[in-house]
Amino acid sequence: MIRALVRYLDERSGTAPFLNKALRYVFPDNWSFLLGEVALYTFVILVGTGIYLTLFFEPSTAQTYYTGHYLPLRGHQMSVAYRSAVDLSFKVRAGLLMRQTHHWAADVFVASIVLHMLRVFFTGAFRKPRDLTYYIGLTMLIVALLEGYLGYSIVDDLLSGMGLAIGYSVLMSIPFVGGNLALLLWGAPFPGSPAFESRMYVAHVFLFPILIATLLGLHLFLVAARHHTQFRESRRTTEKKVVGIPTFPGQAPRSLGLFFAVAAVLFLLGGLVQINPIWLWGPYHVAQGTNGAQPDWYLGWLIGALRLVPDFDVTIGHYTLVPNPFWGGALFPLVVFLLLYLAPWLERRLTGEYGFRNLLDRPRDAPWRTALGVALFTWVFVVFLAGASDRVFVSFGVSYEAQIWAYRVLVFVAPVVALFVTRRLCLALQESDRLGRIRKRAEAEARGELPQPE
Amino acid sequence: MSAIRRWAIALGVLLLGRKQRQPRFADRARIVPPGDPDPRAEWLVLLLLLAAAGAAVGFIVFYSFNHLAHQTQYLGLALGLAFGFVAAALVVVGKRLVVTEELEEDYPLPGHPTSQEELEQLVEESGDRFTRKRLLLAGAGAAGTAIGAALVVPALSLGPLLDTGAFYETPWRRGVRLVDGHGKPLLLDEIERETFYTAYAQGADKELLGSPIVVVRFEPSQLDLPAQRRDWAPGGVVAYSKICTHAGCAIALFRKPTFPVVEPGPALICPCHYSTFDPTRAAKVIFGPAGRPLPQLPLAVDSSGVLRAAGNFSGPVGPSWSGVRSKRPRNPS
Repeated sequence: MIRALVRYLDERSGTAPFLNKALRYVFPDNWSFLLGEVALYTFVILVGTGIYLTLFFEPSTAQTYYTGHYLPLRGHQMSVAYRSAVDLSFKVRAGLLMRQTHHWAADVFVASIVLHMLRVFFTGAFRKPRDLTYYIGLTMLIVALLEGYLGYSIVDDLLSGMGLAIGYSVLMSIPFVGGNLALLLWGAPFPGSPAFESRMYVAHVFLFPILIATLLGLHLFLVAARHHTQFRESRRTTEKKVVGIPTFPGQAPRSLGLFFAVAAVLFLLGGLVQINPIWLWGPYHVAQGTNGAQPDWYLGWLIGALRLVPDFDVTIGHYTLVPNPFWGGALFPLVVFLLLYLAPWLERRLTGEYGFRNLLDRPRDAPWRTALGVALFTWVFVVFLAGASDRVFVSFGVSYEAQIWAYRVLVFVAPVVALFVTRRLCLALQESDRLGRIRKRAEAEARGELPQPE
Repeated sequence: MSAIRRWAIALGVLLLGRKQRQPRFADRARIVPPGDPDPRAEWLVLLLLLAAAGAAVGFIVFYSFNHLAHQTQYLGLALGLAFGFVAAALVVVGKRLVVTEELEEDYPLPGHPTSQEELEQLVEESGDRFTRKRLLLAGAGAAGTAIGAALVVPALSLGPLLDTGAFYETPWRRGVRLVDGHGKPLLLDEIERETFYTAYAQGADKELLGSPIVVVRFEPSQLDLPAQRRDWAPGGVVAYSKICTHAGCAIALFRKPTFPVVEPGPALICPCHYSTFDPTRAAKVIFGPAGRPLPQLPLAVDSSGVLRAAGNFSGPVGPSWSGVRSKRPRNPS
């Protein structure tokens, strides 16, 4: 049977030599290399559950009245979009499972991309010849953030609307052209023309997924073309030779097992752990808001940044130049992503190292990169925490205003502290490595063995 | 009877029989290194696969009930377990049933200098017959730019790009009555002190940013409004746009001090980024990120005691944009 299959494929596609090579492609074995795979498999689940949801969701802001079985909403005016989302949660069998799994998968998707990026950053895997792979990965992260934001915005529940109002305001705040861009995208002043819902919908279910899939394909192609990086684990792993497990038979069951494990976790979360209970938020109306509103975790840094900025608009006389949301909502993420995009170039300029790098650094081996990276991510993380101040106030009674003032200071102090502490820590770890090697050699000599070169 | 026996024998052979196939490529060097069989691991994989099948059947069963309490939970549990068992089976296969070899492979060469040169040569030679390359490139650039622009221009239909006048429009003007969410007019006498009311312009679309206002009543002596707004608050009732000037959320919180001596004063607060406005001082920003006060709506009371607008807002409604302060809000009609 195998013979027949192989012959059939090869005679029609001529791919037997290629498949032979692909099946013996070498994967270096390290758990942290699986983070990117988790993102890939989560994307598969997102597409699958997402397609199911499109079969029931009606993207329309036309107003209607709820007449279904859920009593607290009965008789309420709402958009068709929101009603169909409630119906697919309550009326469609397995609908709620798919919706919650989709939402959980979105959160896990971004989380795994971010962890993957941290791994790539702190091991120096973004260096030549993999800088292009890294840029594509960063771009996917940005698209994934927008995609997630659109996903919970199209439902038109109260939190959707509040999130959209904020997105609209951030766009409006871009100097000079913001108001024009907002009118262009929304079609009319907020909440926008009825077509705006269709625009979000086609972006969420078509444009952005296609974009992610294309970038994903490119990303994987480049990874395979340049082969995986590897840690310096034995004398056999060098800049010239990659050592690891072949695709088949070694890696295939592991990777496929990871896919099913990811699917298992996501469906268990989707079935057992409630997420975004839209029927509790209620439909969105411009005049309504709710206290303690929080976005999905991956936008926490933006809400934090918007909350931290003190009360000023940049004005010249009576002319408003830069409205306030620009700083936290637009400039802050722009700077963070700009720094991430510039990282490979900056590192080349600062270290003067232009060569090819297939071996990874341990974070301690590149103290400045690690320290600067930790400083950058500390900065983002402090702002992220600031976004949770209102919940801390509710849960622990710590004054909200005092917290915000503390974060306004921390946002400048923490990165600097992190920078120096991390660098010191890296150097100390290097030193302890060195002492460890000396001790080992001394012990070996004491036992009368010949000292082994590292 | 005999059929049952045949089935039993077949099942027995399937469960207990073992066979290692004669390798067809015995005469060649192996590609995959040999390893010993692991019958217990095979049993484990079989059990895990059957458990996965069982869980998947469970999913179908739970699905087919029409009104099952906690159906979502059972469905998620069944499907999650089915995938989980397959994952476990694959892990056992990977760890104990297929050979884990460690291969070495050369990293690809940094580049292919000969091919690179060939490519360059190919492109260069292909253009040999052109004698006015720059001019033609300029022509191609012109065509490309113009066609690109022509393809982008239809995107302008998305919205009014240049006319931002709509931002200044609100449904309020002198004489418009304040109504509640059900369309009932607000009477001055029914407004209680230090309570929070939401009102709309009578007859207007409630979903416009310019429509909703917050109405709060204070002792007139508590109010500290600018001189030109002295008569905007009949009976101590003030009204402000309900849309935060920071990021467009609804001002949904009202802070009413329970112990005014030790607590900060009354405030209107937006729950999105906690911009905090002082309603007694013309909605001045006292904390949070908002860059300008909430626009105030001048009020008047008619002969039947109904609250009416005495004009349009003191400033543009909603989130700010470059140049937001340059014009006054207006009524489209």
